[in-house]
Amino acid sequence: MTGFERFTDTFFNPDVLATYWPVIAKGVVVTCQLAVAVVICGIAMGMALAVVRSYKVRVVTFVIVCFADILRALPPLVLILLLYFGLPNVGFNLSGFLAVWLVLTLVLAAFTEEIVWAGILSVNKGQWQAARSTGLSFTQALIYVVLPQAIRLTVPPLTNRTIAITKNTALGTVVGVGEILNEATTAQAFSGNASPLMLGAIAYVMLFVPIVYLGRWIENRFAWKRA
Amino acid sequence: MEQILTQFFNVNLMIDAWPIVSRGLLMTLLLCIVVVPLGFAGGLMVALIGTVQHRWVRWPLIVYVDFFRAIPPLVLLIVIHSGLPFAGIRFSPFASVCLAFFLNNSAYYGEILRAGIESIGKGQVDAARSTGLNALQTQVYVVLPQAIRNVLPDLVSNTVEVVKLTSLASVVAFHELLYSAEMARSITYNASPIVMAAGLYLLMLWPVVRMLSRFEHRISS
Repeated sequence: MTGFERFTDTFFNPDVLATYWPVIAKGVVVTCQLAVAVVICGIAMGMALAVVRSYKVRVVTFVIVCFADILRALPPLVLILLLYFGLPNVGFNLSGFLAVWLVLTLVLAAFTEEIVWAGILSVNKGQWQAARSTGLSFTQALIYVVLPQAIRLTVPPLTNRTIAITKNTALGTVVGVGEILNEATTAQAFSGNASPLMLGAIAYVMLFVPIVYLGRWIENRFAWKRA
Repeated sequence: MEQILTQFFNVNLMIDAWPIVSRGLLMTLLLCIVVVPLGFAGGLMVALIGTVQHRWVRWPLIVYVDFFRAIPPLVLLIVIHSGLPFAGIRFSPFASVCLAFFLNNSAYYGEILRAGIESIGKGQVDAARSTGLNALQTQVYVVLPQAIRNVLPDLVSNTVEVVKLTSLASVVAFHELLYSAEMARSITYNASPIVMAAGLYLLMLWPVVRMLSRFEHRISS
């Protein structure tokens, strides 16, 4: 066997790939489900928090800031292990999928809240005053005048953050979620061959390269052109 | 309520676990000291090479950056740690982590620094070149100092992410903070050591996160 043959035999073995690609495909589905659930819930929750914060009730603001700070400072893996292994001891049994979903949603919500809040702050005070003086209530001014402008500014940082957090779905493998990485490492252990892992890695790259490109396009499209 | 206290905030257990966890903390700090400068240096290299306009330099660089930005760091780490041994390349957990972080971080730091370099006006480069500095000197003495200042918040925020990412090293059995805490948890069947680890991460990163928020709000208002 030549060196090249041995290489392809170990890393891109057709027989092994044929056996295990359905498993990896199943992992792709789970990864996508998890990612979509996290993105939708996380962004919705973060925006809601930013809106609530703009009413400036002191106690509420304090709670939101603490929440956002803690979840931005802690590694998601620590929280996942904490929920997954800690909660059963006090009578809550959380599946790995739920634990990862919950943690990543909260983390994304924390980052979204901070980004959207910065966006709301950046809208000129005159906009608020003009909106209020036309007879809009505070909530109406926020929804119809301030938020549309604020969100435009938040699109690029929010996209990048969302992509980064979506990639964390791979952490699910640590608590036994059947996503791509987990299926790939299991298949690698069964087959004694590195091909499934390579296939998994390729699946990730194929999933995320378009998203990274999309992120870059959005960044340019919404770029804040400096003079 | 009392159950939650004993299961998550058991002070006696935390004191017992402290020797193990504190060693983990030291290893995490060590890892950060190695991995952050390494990633930053890699990013600097990527950004500097990115200023070369030649197409045979540009395209491979774009592919490199996009590839390592697209692949989740944990996947990269596991491919290096448990995929490469099939090719006869075996790294220690520490070396695997360093390599994975170098590849991942150099792409991220590189992108940030590139944005910084692009924010510097062309006139600066022209002026520097016309005083007789060569291309590299221009970048090092004129462009980079201004570029780094412009993207400082992004650099700091990325560094926070890197420190958080070091927790992934626990997956390949590198004895850092999270691994030690998880070990203590599995011995005691009690989540308090992980809560303690979380507290230590907070202690390290909360001040930085707070500072970043203030900085962001100051810029926007």
